[in-house]
Amino acid sequence: MKKENVIEADQLTKTFGDFTAVNAISFEVKKGEIFGFLGANGAGKTTAMKMLIGISKPSSGTAKVAGFDVYSQTEFIKKNIGYMSQKFALYDDLTVKENITFFGGIYGLSRKKIKEKRAQLISELGLEDISNKLVGSLPLGWKQKLSFSVSLLHEPKIVFLDEPTGGVDPITRRHFWEMIYKAADQGTTIFVTTHYMDEAEYCDRVSIMVEGKIEALDTPKKLKEQFKVESMNDVFLKLARNIEAP
Amino acid sequence: MSISLSNISKSYKKVKAVQDISFDVNPGELFGLIGPDGAGKTTIFRILTTLLIPDEGTAKVAGFDIVADYKAIRSSVGYMPGRFSLYQDLTVEENLSFFATIFGTTIEENYDLIEDIYVQIAPFKNRRAGKLSGGMKQKLALCCALIHKPKVLFLDEPTTGVDPVSRKEFWEMLKRLQKKGITILVSTPYMDEAALCDRIALIQNGAILDIDTPKAIVSKFPKTIYNVGANNMYKLIQSLQDYEHLYSVFPFGEFVHYTDQRESFEIAELKSYLEKAGLTDIHIEVAQANIEDAFMELAK
Repeated sequence: MKKENVIEADQLTKTFGDFTAVNAISFEVKKGEIFGFLGANGAGKTTAMKMLIGISKPSSGTAKVAGFDVYSQTEFIKKNIGYMSQKFALYDDLTVKENITFFGGIYGLSRKKIKEKRAQLISELGLEDISNKLVGSLPLGWKQKLSFSVSLLHEPKIVFLDEPTGGVDPITRRHFWEMIYKAADQGTTIFVTTHYMDEAEYCDRVSIMVEGKIEALDTPKKLKEQFKVESMNDVFLKLARNIEAP
Repeated sequence: MSISLSNISKSYKKVKAVQDISFDVNPGELFGLIGPDGAGKTTIFRILTTLLIPDEGTAKVAGFDIVADYKAIRSSVGYMPGRFSLYQDLTVEENLSFFATIFGTTIEENYDLIEDIYVQIAPFKNRRAGKLSGGMKQKLALCCALIHKPKVLFLDEPTTGVDPVSRKEFWEMLKRLQKKGITILVSTPYMDEAALCDRIALIQNGAILDIDTPKAIVSKFPKTIYNVGANNMYKLIQSLQDYEHLYSVFPFGEFVHYTDQRESFEIAELKSYLEKAGLTDIHIEVAQANIEDAFMELAK
């Protein structure tokens, strides 16, 4: 039972002048997989992610995302993925309803479909009482849950989540992960970065980038065995430490 | 007391940012304010650093009243705000001498205090602060907050968005500063960092949930926690949520933390329930509660 690959990167590289931000990374992500994309600040995660979502042209190497080429078919990629970051998620000055309608429109959904999705989403998240409130007035955790749901509006094959839970309280953080499990269970591929190492354990597979290269890639269980440690936090510390030594 | 708050409240229009908060920090203590975004941590910092006047209550820092003696407080505390607030267009060295000059001192005078942090950014001393990486900005900001040898150091979320390696290094730096006799109040949304503090206040929605040593907070957890694992995490959580004796279930790393409503609990019974639900590779064992479990229980 071999599942299809929805991301395939081969020797993907990005240089800025004589600095190599992403150095020949190769990996595959399967349909419905929760793939954790980890690395220290400045390791090249954001640059790699930008190439995969079609907003930064690689310097060399190849990659396909949702079956489309990252050089020539970036518009198709954008239609087939969802993206959510911690920094920019929703418009604070629009209400919950307006945000959903706006993003539905951006993704090119029909009015009927938007209406249907809006009702479904508001009821699933239990936002009935506050659907006419400005998003700016909501607690961060609610915003992030709403933002994740909005990134799924157009039923993308892959969702890219860039530190979705930073600063979110522990209970909401776990509700957020339950939403991720649910989406993955329904076949959506999840590509997620995080600095919470307990969240790395929730992923099916995890890659760890160090100075532009993928230094480790496996299931959390196998990585812990490989590095003979108890937690993903220790795997992370060990990898980054080893690199610092001359 | 190095820091002492009694019955402090502050509202922004209708929003009650902090409500009737009281706590004391002992001299030389490393004290953590632990809570998510919006808990009121930054408001507390701004009140204690005299940038904001509370609606109610009184507070003292390093023996001075936050309203009457605000000038004395400003010269005896160091403050590293959550948002990078150095001059982006000045170099590393220029920023540092600027802060030293403002506080009527020189880099040389207190160099011993910042030396082991500054040497790490010294190779970039001619680089503009705006061009530094996140980790280096954080180190420079800490140097600038320390250059006048403050008695009390306020650090508002110094490690938010910082990777685990840099976070670990940062905490090692704090421990060394503490040994030099500086009282430190630090806030963080990362519960694992709570264990590194002498005492912590868990805070949510402007109110304190508990104040104690990390060990004592964990030991007060009222239930036995079980690590439960199975072949499918999503189905496992769903099945447990439907279990009639469930008290709580939360994902925790590779397992979920499960607590039961009953006093006496049979592992075998839960195992057979999960097997009937179609799960395999079931694993159940007693686990240790941690700060995050305690926080979630108190926040309920």
